[in-house]
Amino acid sequence: MLLQGNEAIVEGAIAAGCRFFAGYPITPATEISEVMSYRLPAVDGTFIQMEDEIASMGAIIGASLAGTKSMTATSGPGFSLMQENLGFACIAEVPCVIVNVMRGGPSTGIPTQVSQGDVMQARWGTHGDHPIIVLSVSTTQDCFSITVKAFNLAEKYRTPVIILADEVVAHTREKIFLPHPGEVEIIDRIRPNMPPDWYIPYEDTSRGVPPMAAFGEGYRYHVTGLVHDSRGFPTQRPDEVKGLMSRLFRKINQHFFDIQMVEEEATEDAEILTVAYGSVARSARRATREARHRGIKAGMVQLVTLWPFPRQILEPKLRKLRAVLVPELNVGQISREVKRINQGVTRVETLNRIDGNLITPAEILSRLMKM
Amino acid sequence: MDNSRYEIRISGSGGQGIIIAGIILAEAAGIYDGKYVCQTQSYGPEARGGSSKAEVVVSDDPIDYPKAMKPDLLLAMTQKACDAYIFDLKPGGILMVDSTHVKQLPTTRAIALPFTQMARERTGKEMMANIIALGTLVAITGIVSLRSLEAAVMSRVPKGTEELNKKALEAGIEAAKGITDKAQEIGMEFYESIADE
Amino acid sequence: MAEVTKLIHKYLRHDKKFPHVWCPGCGNGILLGALIRAIDRTHLEKDEIVIVSGIGCSGRLSVYVDFNTLHTTHGRALTFATGVKLANPKLQVIVIMGDGDATAIGGNHFIHAARRNLNLTAIVVNNSIYGMTGGQYSPTTPYGSLATTSLHGNIEQAFSIAELAAMAGASMVSRGTVYHTSLLDELLEKAIHKRGFSVVEVISHCHTQYGRRNKMGNAADMLLWQKKSAVRIEKARTMSDEEMQDKFSIGVLVDRELPVYTQEYRKVREMAKKAMTQMR
Repeated sequence: MLLQGNEAIVEGAIAAGCRFFAGYPITPATEISEVMSYRLPAVDGTFIQMEDEIASMGAIIGASLAGTKSMTATSGPGFSLMQENLGFACIAEVPCVIVNVMRGGPSTGIPTQVSQGDVMQARWGTHGDHPIIVLSVSTTQDCFSITVKAFNLAEKYRTPVIILADEVVAHTREKIFLPHPGEVEIIDRIRPNMPPDWYIPYEDTSRGVPPMAAFGEGYRYHVTGLVHDSRGFPTQRPDEVKGLMSRLFRKINQHFFDIQMVEEEATEDAEILTVAYGSVARSARRATREARHRGIKAGMVQLVTLWPFPRQILEPKLRKLRAVLVPELNVGQISREVKRINQGVTRVETLNRIDGNLITPAEILSRLMKM
Repeated sequence: MDNSRYEIRISGSGGQGIIIAGIILAEAAGIYDGKYVCQTQSYGPEARGGSSKAEVVVSDDPIDYPKAMKPDLLLAMTQKACDAYIFDLKPGGILMVDSTHVKQLPTTRAIALPFTQMARERTGKEMMANIIALGTLVAITGIVSLRSLEAAVMSRVPKGTEELNKKALEAGIEAAKGITDKAQEIGMEFYESIADE
Repeated sequence: MAEVTKLIHKYLRHDKKFPHVWCPGCGNGILLGALIRAIDRTHLEKDEIVIVSGIGCSGRLSVYVDFNTLHTTHGRALTFATGVKLANPKLQVIVIMGDGDATAIGGNHFIHAARRNLNLTAIVVNNSIYGMTGGQYSPTTPYGSLATTSLHGNIEQAFSIAELAAMAGASMVSRGTVYHTSLLDELLEKAIHKRGFSVVEVISHCHTQYGRRNKMGNAADMLLWQKKSAVRIEKARTMSDEEMQDKFSIGVLVDRELPVYTQEYRKVREMAKKAMTQMR
């Protein structure tokens, strides 16, 4: 089967159990809306085209609270509009998936060209301290499997999960193997099983993730964007404020090993390492292979999870390296993180391209050869 | 490394069916011939008239970099596309142009056929030029089988236009035959190795 | 037990979240009373009802009632409500917004929700001012009125919320006041029963932020102003524009049958399924 990245994202979402999609047309993410508009109703799901991306984000939160797995998809300008309600999903702990097919920015930028400029926005775009999970995709097969993974993490940790795709991945038509429905691991949110009177919707559990009731199931509770106590009601008591905020971070932090994912290529004996993600990881993979072909001990780590930044995986590797190269389609967003955790252990070099085109394998290879 | 990797760039302007030609070729390779394939595209904001480009990478192995690095074949349907991309062509690669629109050839080692004119004459529709060009491209390179190409075309074209598209494909294949015959006569070799595969 | 006590026990989170945040004399409390009386008359189960509210004084209403309650972001209540309703159409979704909430920051969502005609009930509490943030002019502040951001008089024209909703395509549009409480009970009940998007504009007062600054007296004076200015729609239709100057109509202003979104979407599902089987 040949699918575009955007189409594979839809198939992944539906396989994961997504039955609600709200979106607004935007290049280069529009195909996700288009395919959702006929795929979802055919499986008794709902597609709706909203009046803007603010509304799309609101609608998917509402749907998730009513018990339906939900998703929206957009690109930079729409992603900016979603930040407001994205924060609501963080504080009210509403599972949902947001796809951002990155294009050149800022503002309207270059709508039809590739970029990786939204990495920091995905981390810190909505106001206030908050944890977030951000995954990146690099192939059409990823678009399927990482989307499934995104829904699973969203449900497991009651959090919005952002998928950062880019124009190249979204529009590459490529061979894909779709697993049978039974072969896909699907995780659903934990629902309360206690009598309604005993249900404490924002209870501090050891996992940090309280069970989530759907509206209409008999657990009448309050959901708010205000800082709230364990019952969901607004509070300003310092102990309760701190309690909520700490738990929001803890539920992600204590599960780093479950959330942080990378793919490695020839890293065992590597002396120089490329750290890449998204479509650039494909260039990096080819460059690494060509470098090995020429006898250079090159390796590469492809970041699948961008946030929380996979420090635990990367940190021990840095100690064994001569140098690290971070190629990205921005002026250096992930490279800042690599430098932050590196703390002078090895040399960190950057390779940046901001002209709307993908970094080529040749560009990476020539840098590797000089390192 | 992956020696079977073959890169094709199809270029022209919006409305010429450039991207659909890329998709058809990719589906012929990936779905009907069972090869690994990546098809990418770039385009301007205009639905009609802007520059348009589709790339197809075909390989027997999984494909890492999805775009063309040094195309083995460049099909240029406009002068602008020809001028813009000729320098990317792999040394010894094939340049194919639509001579209806490309009047100034950058090299003599080119296959120049008036695809648009042929479309007008043979099918009465200029927009069939992309299918004619695909027929020629596949007949010359053998990158996919002709049967797979036909199947891919038929599954993509609107209902009721099957016969017209078949006619266009045949016109393209026929034109390719004329070229290969002529090339053999004058001893051109650069594409023969591919045609033999 | 008195009827009112029964309703309080049944519908309010009386043991959890009181006292409320509203000023003494506020119209929001009157609306809250009317709302639970109306809901009680519909005989809907509490579990079937979802109250979605926006931001502002009216937004706090959702905290106090014992339903599934959702206190959203400023202006976005209708977007959340759209998701809830579509994900589970069996739920009765009632949205509470303020004037700035619904028609300034949420203006776009408001007109599109009306146009889309989902089966939602939208209550807009119109007190002509941003009360919670301290009395800034809103899209319904009358021309010339004083606010903390229009110290020399408001130079903008006001929206008529009910007319806006009607023009945008709502199935039912009503206007009531917090003075005419039995009418308000009735309008809210009708709006909840209505299939399609129904809007109830509730003329209320903010004596703290608006009345005081514009010399309209205390809460009681402002209620009397509502009594004086409101004209039943049946009577208003017989009056000239001059006679209606400085007055507004109350009652059911629009009631019509239009295709409801969820019903239409059922057809989309059937067609999509048919198309899918044909593709296979």
